[in-house]
Amino acid sequence: MSNPLEPEVKTNPQGDPITSVEPEQKTNPQGDPITSAAPIKVGGSSKDPHEGAKKQRVVTPEYMFFEAPRKREFITGSEAAKEAVRRSNVDFSVAYPITPQSETMQLIGVLYGEGYVKEYYRGEEEYGVMSAIAGGSRAGVRCFTATAGPGTLRGIEPIASWPGHRLPAVAMFTCRVVNAPLAIQPDNIEISYLLNCGMIVFHAENQQDLFDFIMKGFIIGEKNDVTLPVGVACDGFFVTHARNYVDMQEKGIKLPPRQAWKGAVPVLDAENPPARLSRDAPVQKSNFMAYNIHAVWQQEVWAAVERSRRYIEQYMGGLCAPDNVEGAEALIVASGSAAAQSREAIRLCKDQGVTVGFIKIRSLRPFPTRELRQLCAKAKLIVVPEFNYVGWLAKDVATAIYGYSNAKIVAGPHVYGGMSMPVEMIVDEVVGGLTGKKSIAVPDSAIMGRDVNQAEVAHFMQNI
Amino acid sequence: MAKRFNIRMAGVGGQGVVTGSHILSTAVIRAGGESTIVPFYGSEKRMAPVESYVRVSDEPIYEIGEITFPHICIIFHPQVITHGKSYTMPFYFGLKQNGVLLINHDGPMKLPPQETNELKERNAKLYYIPATQLSLKVAGLDLATNMALMGAIGAITRLTTLEALGEAVKDRFLGKGFVVSGGTAALDSVVERKFKQKQELIEKNIAVIKAGWDYAEEHGWGAEERAEAKKADDLAAAEAASR
Repeated sequence: MSNPLEPEVKTNPQGDPITSVEPEQKTNPQGDPITSAAPIKVGGSSKDPHEGAKKQRVVTPEYMFFEAPRKREFITGSEAAKEAVRRSNVDFSVAYPITPQSETMQLIGVLYGEGYVKEYYRGEEEYGVMSAIAGGSRAGVRCFTATAGPGTLRGIEPIASWPGHRLPAVAMFTCRVVNAPLAIQPDNIEISYLLNCGMIVFHAENQQDLFDFIMKGFIIGEKNDVTLPVGVACDGFFVTHARNYVDMQEKGIKLPPRQAWKGAVPVLDAENPPARLSRDAPVQKSNFMAYNIHAVWQQEVWAAVERSRRYIEQYMGGLCAPDNVEGAEALIVASGSAAAQSREAIRLCKDQGVTVGFIKIRSLRPFPTRELRQLCAKAKLIVVPEFNYVGWLAKDVATAIYGYSNAKIVAGPHVYGGMSMPVEMIVDEVVGGLTGKKSIAVPDSAIMGRDVNQAEVAHFMQNI
Repeated sequence: MAKRFNIRMAGVGGQGVVTGSHILSTAVIRAGGESTIVPFYGSEKRMAPVESYVRVSDEPIYEIGEITFPHICIIFHPQVITHGKSYTMPFYFGLKQNGVLLINHDGPMKLPPQETNELKERNAKLYYIPATQLSLKVAGLDLATNMALMGAIGAITRLTTLEALGEAVKDRFLGKGFVVSGGTAALDSVVERKFKQKQELIEKNIAVIKAGWDYAEEHGWGAEERAEAKKADDLAAAEAASR
């Protein structure tokens, strides 16, 4: 008989006292431990936290994107990303926090707790996260992650390997400063590193774009003749932390699951160890590989990027969105938050009697080369405002239209290191470009194309 | 032509710069306009610089981030000018031609000659309002300084109405939609305790808004600009009609 004054000591089957204070580990029907963040209510009439997710029904991408009724909500970019993932039938998501992305992946964790995402955990750091996404995608499931700035660069080795391994997945990049000195402020220089990976890259202007591009990214990247990862970039804080109107479908519907068994590349055979990254001999055997095999592999990746055009046109309404281009005195070409600022600059130019056309770039890879050659054929002045120092978009624009347009291209204005772009700076480049005055805000090297008189008198707004 | 005002508010921690901008923005939307706010501050502490940017229009607003070239600057505390407690220096940096400066001070401040000259070159309108004094007189304490300034700017620009401003105050203290920071939440409870009851708090705030509005109107602030704008509008309307 035990002393009633002393608590009974519990023992395990070997007779050792159990001192753990941890509650009993709950498992799912497959025997896997349940690590869900959602509180598991003990006893009583607790509601199934996965109830909403279980009731979701699959609809076709066409219905989801074009026919399903939408309701307008006023939400942050991070919340828009969460809502996109909720409706995207995502299997697997790995998080590693970094400002300004942290909230996004935290919200994906909430989705996991609600059962909308089947597996979720926090990785060791971005190299591990991006490698895990590779493993998930190779295993044939639909994967999502998000990172920003230094996290993007830490993860870029595995990211750059995704296209060659033909791994569809969607990665969101909430751009921020990467350069020293350290800053957490918006600056989209990191996109320039992503442009040459062989992945598809979209640039969201606002919260609505973010919502749409993530969902459409899954469908476009998983097309058999594409089979590539999709990067959805947005400018950090301006989009992630700010609220805006987003038109969304009801929560009860979701995209069809990824059907890897139909895919162009065989999935990892986890049933028959040792699991190999690929059944095709050349991949991951560089020391045995003939040069030409790697060469054709790269050619095929970039050919697949090109083949994604028709799906981007089908689902996103084109790689770029031209507005009022015909007959305009000048054109502004912009992507991301710079596109939002450009809309206001065009309004101010109109007040001054200057008609400015606008081309918003949605897809940076593939790049709308054909479209720009046609749209810019008659342009005299093209201004390319950007939220980074180097002007990666202006370089792509100049390369695309070289020989097809005589336009003078102003690579600027640029802001970087956290500033937002005063729309007055864009107006100044447009008006200055038309009158031939040279701005002190844009260096000589950033002015491309014809009719550039370097001796023009410098000018800028009186209050700078 | 779209009516567009970019308003930069600068003050110090504890004065309700962000709360003031929220109330003005809400009031403009209630009056049928479009508006966005962008608050900007470092660590939340009393007397530390705070800025808030309010955009107001009768058309959709796409622009994001801070306002570098404002039409209107509201200075909540003289230390913004005298101690440089501001993210943009001098306090009128980037002020557009014919811009408006509304400053909380008991009378005209002595500015350095260079600054006076620059403001003259821009044809800036300087309005000094004793907002803290008005708050003390009407509400019995200085915590409604921001309300006096919002009332005055409402009267100067006519971007909103007294009624809409009052509704926005109710929205702010009774509504559930406003997410406050930790520091502001703590201050909210202090404010509520001082005013004893929410009802009294709302009434006093609305009374201070009216005092600010009346002060601006008594001094004829903005009347000239409004008359000019109306003339331009009438001209445009006549032109459109004759076409």
